[in-house]
Amino acid sequence: MAQRTAFLYLLPGLLIFALFAYWPLIRTFVLSTQGNDIFGAPSGFVGFDHYAKLLNDSAFGQVLVVTAIFTVITVVPTIALSLGIGLMLHARVRAIRFFRSAFALPFAFSVATASVVFSVFFDYGSGVLNGLLSFIGIDRVNWLTDPVLALTSVAITTIWMNLGYNLLIIAAGLGSVPEDVVEAARLDGATGWKLQRSIILPLLSPQIFFLTITGTIHALQSFGQIHILTKGGPDGATTNLVYSIFKQAFAANNSNFGYASAQAVVLLLIVAIITVVQFGLLERKVFYK
Amino acid sequence: MSLTTVEKPSDPDTAGSSVQVQAQQSQQLKRRVPKPAPNAQKKRKPGLSAWISTIVLIALLVIVCFPVYYLVIGSVMKPADLVAYPSVLWPQSGISLSNFGDAFNAIPLLRQYGNSIVTAGIITIAQLLTSVLAAYAFVFLPLKRPRLWFGIFLATMMIPAEATIIPNYLTLADAGLIDTYAAIALPFLATGFGTFLIRQSFLSFPLELRDAAMMDGAGSLRFLFTILLPISKPTLAAVGLYSFMSAWNMYLWPLLVTRSPEMQTVQIGLTQLKSPEAYDPGMIMAGTLLVVAPTLIILIFGQKYIVKGLTAGSIK
Repeated sequence: MAQRTAFLYLLPGLLIFALFAYWPLIRTFVLSTQGNDIFGAPSGFVGFDHYAKLLNDSAFGQVLVVTAIFTVITVVPTIALSLGIGLMLHARVRAIRFFRSAFALPFAFSVATASVVFSVFFDYGSGVLNGLLSFIGIDRVNWLTDPVLALTSVAITTIWMNLGYNLLIIAAGLGSVPEDVVEAARLDGATGWKLQRSIILPLLSPQIFFLTITGTIHALQSFGQIHILTKGGPDGATTNLVYSIFKQAFAANNSNFGYASAQAVVLLLIVAIITVVQFGLLERKVFYK
Repeated sequence: MSLTTVEKPSDPDTAGSSVQVQAQQSQQLKRRVPKPAPNAQKKRKPGLSAWISTIVLIALLVIVCFPVYYLVIGSVMKPADLVAYPSVLWPQSGISLSNFGDAFNAIPLLRQYGNSIVTAGIITIAQLLTSVLAAYAFVFLPLKRPRLWFGIFLATMMIPAEATIIPNYLTLADAGLIDTYAAIALPFLATGFGTFLIRQSFLSFPLELRDAAMMDGAGSLRFLFTILLPISKPTLAAVGLYSFMSAWNMYLWPLLVTRSPEMQTVQIGLTQLKSPEAYDPGMIMAGTLLVVAPTLIILIFGQKYIVKGLTAGSIK
């Protein structure tokens, strides 16, 4: 009786998860083995045809490459920058409160607000970025329509947007660095960058690890900045996995739900693998106090 | 607005005494070992490396804050200044507030504000409710196979919402809910992460105290609402703020399930300011500033709770 009452407390949450997490999880797999008509209605079992098509689709190969490059060029610089800023702030700079608050400002921006602001900055004719380049004698640049530059521009927006959050995590980690360890290292003659590199940095490994994993998963799920800034273009140069799923399933009444679901399964697998790796590494490679 | 709250240990008494002990210890050590003394002195005066750090930090600060600065200043600039080439970074031909009016005219901004507040509010309240109930059962009630059920709650964090948009869209479309608040909010009424955090907080409540409260005649629910929830306020605030900000910032999902401008959230409506026919950077920036203002205010005043909620997963 009491056990049944206890279960009732779980029920609201379980219902939501069953309807909008677990059932769609299964249904994504099922849809990925279904063909569909032009309106998206399922038109019968096609087995692994969609997956076979993925393997031979050079456009999808490009999607995976873009996804990988985008993940690396956003996650690595964001963590490196926030570490650098965090360590410099930690080394007893004046007005630390002011600096920290100011660096946290981008955290207030959503993906939509950040992307809309940067789309104005990136504008070819009147954007402030080209306007600033002219100060140092550089001609206007096609930030969002140049095939090579476009992904970098989306990455710059993403790095800026995520910097505040990464810095908050690093600051929290620095706050939990035991003062006695640092003091002992100082007495042993470790100062400045040596102290930072060989004592404080290893103590931050849980935070760096956390940011790498969550940042990677987050980057793999990027959508808004691409949708607002480039719409996946030029010529697929900024089409990542999620944007590709969106395009196949929803853009311009595509309704290729089957093919898009196969891509969603790829996304699920990638995230699952990263999560498993995370748990595998967690115990061994990271220094926890 | 300061982030220093992050590093303050929770218990000021013991923290203070341990710092004193450390200070004493280091003084004793210094007396015994005279050599590192110059280092300790150098710490007080900013050395060369501190100056370099400060200069690098100021340079980075200018870069990081420039978009915010230009957004604010651009929202009151007149068109002539905004399209000037080379750029002007300060209004040359006076300021005007007409950009804000234009933004209000271009999209139903107030209505969309309301949509965002309603849907983010529903999601926040529902997430708190479902997580509190589940966490309470996990910690205090005689649940069968608690680890399994908790695992089912936690594992939802591993399912990226982007991977299940197609079936979720189909479910809501089949139910005829496209372009409704329900469609925006329904998939997000429960949260694995929030349940985890609230469970952690409940676990720190002594079972004996709960039993004592029960003996005094407080029923299960009465104990939950009159004793447990009031003392769990900081965690609830952290989860609530985190839920609200995540819901307020959502992009892909509301984009998929809304059609009419009247049902769109501000995040989606905002992008409609960027019409290719009549490009108006001042109006776009004014509109963006209006949309970003609430989160900026929450960031400034609720930072303590946000930091707590956000960093909870990163510190063991």
